[in-house]
Amino acid sequence: MTTLSPINSSSEEKSEEQVVNEQEHGDHRLFGLAAFLVADGMTFAGFFAAYLTFKAVNPLLPDAIYELELPLPTLNTVLLLVSSATFHRAGQALRKDEAKLCQRWLLFTAGLGLAFLASQMVEYFTLPFGLTDNLYASTFYALTGFHGLHVTLGAIMILIVWWQARQPGGRITSENPFPLEAAELYWHFVDGIWVILFIILYLL
Amino acid sequence: MTTASQQTHQSSSGSLQPKGWLKYFSFSLDHKVIGLQYLVCGFIFYLIGGSLASAIRIELSSPMSDFMARDTYNQVLTLHGTIMIFLWIVPVVNGAFGNYLIPFYVGARDMAFPRLNAVAFWLIPPAGLMLITSYFITGAAESGWTAYPPLSITTPAAGQIIWILSVLLLGGSSIFGGINFIATILKLRRPGLKLMQLPMYCWAMLGTSILVVLSTPVLAGTLILLSFDIVAHTGFFNPTLGGNVIVYQHLFWFYSHPAVYIMVLPAFGLVSEILPVHCRKPLFGYSTMVYSIMAIVFLGLIVWAHHMFTSGTPPWMRLFFTIATSFIAVPTGIKFFNWVATLWGGRISLNSAVLFSCGFIANFVLGGITGVALAQVPFDIHVHDTYFVVAHFHYIVYGGSVFVIFSSIYHWYPKFTGRMLNEDLGRLHFLLTFLGFNLCFAPQHWLGLNGMPRRVAEYDPQFTFINQLSSIGALIMALSTLPFLWNVIQSAFKGAIAGDNPWEALTPEWLTTSPPPVENWTGMAPLVKEPYGYGIKEESIQIQSPDISDPENNKQ
Amino acid sequence: MLGLALVVGGLWIGQNVNLLPDSASANAPVYDELFRVLFSIGTILFLGIVGLVIYSLIRFRRRPGQSKDGLALEGNLPLEIFWTAVPAVVVLFVGLYSYDIYDRMGGMQPLAQSAVHNHQAIEAKERVWGGIGSGPIELSKQAKSSLSVEVTALQFAFLFHYPEGDIISGELHVPSGQPVSMRMESKDVIHAFWVPEFRLKQDVIPGQPTILNFTATKPGRYPIVCAELCGPYHGSMRSTVVVEAPDEYKRWFKENSKDPILEA
Ligand SMILES: [Cu+2]
Ligand SMILES: [Cu+2]
Repeated sequence: MTTLSPINSSSEEKSEEQVVNEQEHGDHRLFGLAAFLVADGMTFAGFFAAYLTFKAVNPLLPDAIYELELPLPTLNTVLLLVSSATFHRAGQALRKDEAKLCQRWLLFTAGLGLAFLASQMVEYFTLPFGLTDNLYASTFYALTGFHGLHVTLGAIMILIVWWQARQPGGRITSENPFPLEAAELYWHFVDGIWVILFIILYLL
Repeated sequence: MTTASQQTHQSSSGSLQPKGWLKYFSFSLDHKVIGLQYLVCGFIFYLIGGSLASAIRIELSSPMSDFMARDTYNQVLTLHGTIMIFLWIVPVVNGAFGNYLIPFYVGARDMAFPRLNAVAFWLIPPAGLMLITSYFITGAAESGWTAYPPLSITTPAAGQIIWILSVLLLGGSSIFGGINFIATILKLRRPGLKLMQLPMYCWAMLGTSILVVLSTPVLAGTLILLSFDIVAHTGFFNPTLGGNVIVYQHLFWFYSHPAVYIMVLPAFGLVSEILPVHCRKPLFGYSTMVYSIMAIVFLGLIVWAHHMFTSGTPPWMRLFFTIATSFIAVPTGIKFFNWVATLWGGRISLNSAVLFSCGFIANFVLGGITGVALAQVPFDIHVHDTYFVVAHFHYIVYGGSVFVIFSSIYHWYPKFTGRMLNEDLGRLHFLLTFLGFNLCFAPQHWLGLNGMPRRVAEYDPQFTFINQLSSIGALIMALSTLPFLWNVIQSAFKGAIAGDNPWEALTPEWLTTSPPPVENWTGMAPLVKEPYGYGIKEESIQIQSPDISDPENNKQ
Repeated sequence: MLGLALVVGGLWIGQNVNLLPDSASANAPVYDELFRVLFSIGTILFLGIVGLVIYSLIRFRRRPGQSKDGLALEGNLPLEIFWTAVPAVVVLFVGLYSYDIYDRMGGMQPLAQSAVHNHQAIEAKERVWGGIGSGPIELSKQAKSSLSVEVTALQFAFLFHYPEGDIISGELHVPSGQPVSMRMESKDVIHAFWVPEFRLKQDVIPGQPTILNFTATKPGRYPIVCAELCGPYHGSMRSTVVVEAPDEYKRWFKENSKDPILEA
């Protein structure tokens, strides 16, 4: 059971060290982020479960039920789905070292995110119910608000990445794509959550 | 290369230098420093939580509510529960030993994300301080550690909000820790080390961290909703506003049942490390142990409503959760049989570490048996929310986890400090703890069966004698801390020098100096393919640790 | 041999323990039967495992001068299968058995139905959230009409309302032998209605009525205990259930009834 080379030849050792060192960066951060997003997703899952249970077992009086308007949320869904695609294009551009193109796609994505937030605000102000009106209203605002918080954070992240990508000397390059990839992963996650939210909250 | 490594070696070997103490108060990125920070910080909170427990037992040594005001009593029991769970057991069995041991076990120089690791630790002291100072400033939360609405909505808001905030911080700390452990175990393994060669504690921590990542966020979300109910007067859990109080219980227990495994699975892992070393035998049934951990993780996620059998759950739900819960006994039983088989035919040193581990087995078997009983709906309907349940979960978390924490301290103290603990004091500590614990909690089963509910400051006078018996047990438990504290403090300065590997253990943390250098090994991390290879191939033990046994050790 | 002694001893202990209070309701003896079975199994398991641990610690302790490692046993598949299968069978047995017990207690009977049946006063569409059914089936089948009581819990007392005589009482009076059906609701926080001698407990929840059915069998005064933390005076939130012979109960009912028509 000689599992180890008995005498350390330093060259071999170095290379293994390097392997270990390389492993300690890059992909693990993305892995960590993915694990965090699983956790974050569980928070949403808890909210969704609560909402569905409320809906199933706490029937509201007829006058407290509102029909939610669909056009605006549908527009929101389209905005977010398109922004996922544009972010993907930004990533592709980075990998092909087309810095200018990448920045343009990033900015476009951030714009879509902000448009989503604006449209969400419009919806909030036109809704006939407030946060504390009833159980439905509270849950509606909790879910969309928590998601909106995620979109806000995401938009800020994209703008930071865009700003970093613009810096000469480049903190974000095809060799160091981590900030962009992290923001992208996060953004896809937020979009995915929205699709589920849209189905559960507006369509069901 | 050799000179460089020797410098690090010398600066951090030997007993703790006074200079070195400062690093334990700093934002250190070293996983060993962070581990000990968790341990010491957790132990301080244990002493606080223990004092609160003593206050409860003093109040309960007479049937009247005479020792403290009734709402103070509720604050004390809330703080006791919250501190013991979120500030002592969870951070210590996960954070302390996990941080210290996991990088060694996977052959890494640190955790995957050292900075996140330090952040996770430094969330704990402020959260704990906030929780405790709330008692003096605004009055602490008084709705129990479960914080069931609508009670938690109607009790004084300030204390409850502070409670929520600190639990959110501690939950965040726990999630960060969990992510770090998953990444470290899965991604940072030394090349050549396979998953099925990892020491059992890694598997336990992997399972635990999966539970942490999947369930803690649900608690966080729930508490955010609860805080909205308190602050913004929404009605999620407020029946007068159309809310549903049972939904809170579902969400709360979706975290808090797994929380039991978050406290207990790492303890299982630690015992699996300690017993083989002192029995000089391989861990019996390695692969079934791994599978049973994963089975426990899976089942642990689908049994939460067994805490709600009297909450008005429909019959089908009661039935499903009874059966699912009962089946956790199977993988848990496997682990106990395997430990007994590990003991069988060994050369067991009856030292403090082994005594505490075996004490754990005895206590936990009893707690497990009452647990299976409690899983049966008809049984639970009588004893739910009574002292029977109090006894049951103290057998699990104290008789289980805390006994293992003590066992682990006796086992790894030589590695932490480079010095041995005093064995006689250790055995005295065990004797007092074991007797005190059983005297305190065994009679409480009877109290619950005969009509004493939990969380009461006053009770039927017919229960006075048994309660006094229980209080005497608590007193002995409190006293048992003294020999331990004395032992730990004075051994740090005057204990016998331990040497690198006083137990002649095979797991990787022992294949370096005591305490280990900053980067864990002066040379390359050893590849330990058989962490439990006792008695198998005697010669393999020498070959396995070439780089420390060769040049460096001879110089010492 | 040793195992046999253990099993016999465990069964004997289980059958002869007396850890429970008086049994005063129809489902209490059923509960006690379950308790004895669980206690027997638990005793056997506990003594078995702890006995093995203590035996190993003594028999296999390291004696002075011994330094060699122990037996290099890494595992044993048949053994593993054995101690996976045996607990699985035991657990399955316990589960099925306790299901049977639960069924005999009336736990599996549809609640809403019995509620509507017993409480004509309540709108038939009211949602009932849970509780426990109507005591052993044999008894409920005797077609005795059940006594309806409405229970209100509040910080820190129970109020019992008898719709038939419009009686409001702080003590629960029930006749022995007659099924009682209680509809319970809380005014403020969650409480729990527990009578240890009945082996029954049900949370009393604000906004969600629950049902508790039982049949008292043994006359006497038993404590009603609130078992869910409900505030500072939770520990003193207690009441009494008075189980009386049917005649005595009738007398009490007449004395307190506000509805003269029903008296006749
Ligand atoms: Cu549980
Ligand atoms: Cu109460």
